[in-house]
Amino acid sequence: MSAHTAVAAARRSGSAARRLTYLTLTAVAFFSMLPLYYSIVVASRDNAALADVPPPLIPGGNFFANVARVFDTVPFALAMLNSVIVSGSVALAVMFFSTLAGFAFAKLRFRGRNALLLLTVATMMVPTQLGIIPLYMLMVKLEWTGTMYALIVPALVNAFGVFFMTQYLSRALPTELLEAGRVDGCSTWGLFWHVVLPAARPAAAVLGMLTFMSVWNDYFWPLVVLTPEDPTVQVALSTLASGYVNDYVLGLAGTTLGTLPLVIVFALLGKQIIGGIMQGAVKG
Amino acid sequence: MATRAPDRLAAVPPNRPVGPRRRLRRHLVHQLDVKGSPYAYVAPFFLLFSAFGLFPLAYTAWVSLHEWTLLQDEHPFVGLENFRTLLADDYFWNATFNTLSIGVLSTAPQLLLAIWLAHLLNRPLRAQTFFRITLLLPNVTSVVAVVVIFSQLFGRDFGMINWVFSLVGVDGVAWNEGVLSSHFAISTMIMWRWTGYNALIFLAAMQAVPRELYEAATIDGASGMTQLRKITIPMIKPTIIFVVITSTIGAMQILAEPLLFSSYIITGGVDRQYQTLSLFIYENFTKLDFGYASAISWMMFVFIVVVAGINYLLTRRGKGGLA
Repeated sequence: MSAHTAVAAARRSGSAARRLTYLTLTAVAFFSMLPLYYSIVVASRDNAALADVPPPLIPGGNFFANVARVFDTVPFALAMLNSVIVSGSVALAVMFFSTLAGFAFAKLRFRGRNALLLLTVATMMVPTQLGIIPLYMLMVKLEWTGTMYALIVPALVNAFGVFFMTQYLSRALPTELLEAGRVDGCSTWGLFWHVVLPAARPAAAVLGMLTFMSVWNDYFWPLVVLTPEDPTVQVALSTLASGYVNDYVLGLAGTTLGTLPLVIVFALLGKQIIGGIMQGAVKG
Repeated sequence: MATRAPDRLAAVPPNRPVGPRRRLRRHLVHQLDVKGSPYAYVAPFFLLFSAFGLFPLAYTAWVSLHEWTLLQDEHPFVGLENFRTLLADDYFWNATFNTLSIGVLSTAPQLLLAIWLAHLLNRPLRAQTFFRITLLLPNVTSVVAVVVIFSQLFGRDFGMINWVFSLVGVDGVAWNEGVLSSHFAISTMIMWRWTGYNALIFLAAMQAVPRELYEAATIDGASGMTQLRKITIPMIKPTIIFVVITSTIGAMQILAEPLLFSSYIITGGVDRQYQTLSLFIYENFTKLDFGYASAISWMMFVFIVVVAGINYLLTRRGKGGLA
């Protein structure tokens, strides 16, 4: 009996294990979706329905009425606009600066390159919250508190992005292509603009989406530095969740509203995003 | 990959014959470009990190040595006084205990579950993409949404979880009142949000393990569990260490979950049942006692380094074998 038939035999006998695998993964998928589904259920009912036994399990017809209440209670439209501006500009900046630095680390020779790259990775270990107090004092000095600058400027580039693009470009960008560009008389900047940027597009897009999502969901720093009158989505939601403790329907209508755009984007582009995360993770 | 040279390259003019002077200048410019420009390209990251990452870190240390409140104009130097007060502060040790308790309750089961899920996904399956996307869905959900949703699920009177309990004849639990029960509820939120993400990181590492190892083990009659223990885990040890360290750092900084779970009571429950270190910093920050808050921040940093270091040693030693 050859090794191949032995493996095949083992595979056939594993069909019970296979069924268990599907069962487990389906259960995990179910529990991953349950809270979001439940928030839609509650957001589309009224507060009285929450006291029902058993609890409501299918959506009701009050969703738009509750959403209207959200807009009446907090400046939600402004918050959405702010979040789009902040997340969008940060994502674009991170894509650009990370590709630039990634190009240098992956393909250019310069003194101290390895040390600087190591330093970049090491900065990922510094806990961000540690610096909140002086960062806040800095923002007070710059008179940026209450403005979106406080969220955008410190986030324009980050170590993860630089590392991610370095990893990608060192593998995906053929050095011959750069040499060919040099022979044609391209400056380094010309190479970046005409050769690197087009080649970096798939990874940069993934990085942009990851950044957009994490900035959109960022909570603590916006809470510290912004005012409830000019919030981002997360700060507006925390106002809903804190000020109206017993109005769960209002709170969940707000969270559903603030989360659905991301979930829809994720449902459409999830495959690429996951591919990107796994690509960035391999080297661990 | 987009390896095709873009058409625009062709538009770059070829070298024209030039005089010796211009050639020298051109050479210098070229040298400067090749030698200097890489530094310009990595500079934005280092400048921003220095201004908004490194400077705050150092300045926090400086502030922690002062009696520094925003209400006074004077900030007298007090040396280690803030740290001395801190070590005698029961609230500080309570917050430390809560942070460790929630950290262990959320991280340990989460990582085991993540490895197991990655193991299940690491073979040819139908609907791979669907399962992976649903795994990551919780991570896309914002912290605020997670806590609002789970606070409802963990509600004492009308929550879904207590309702399920009542079906099997168990009394409802007041989840946000007890120490252990609140820690359990908060850990559940953290696990729900991060297990899938970590599973994908593990999966990425597992896919780099050579297939032949598994085929050989299968022929030798090793079960799936044995293969996981004897092949997979030793082979992905660097990734495990990486995930353990990052999870530790994350767990030491838990803030949003306890803050929102207590409906914004800044002390993390009326009796500080789940006030974490970050929440304790935030409490003193809102009291405008920046000197004390900075001292807590630096103690937290020390804890992070110590706990991460211990975890590093444990994961390195704990799972011997091939690596």
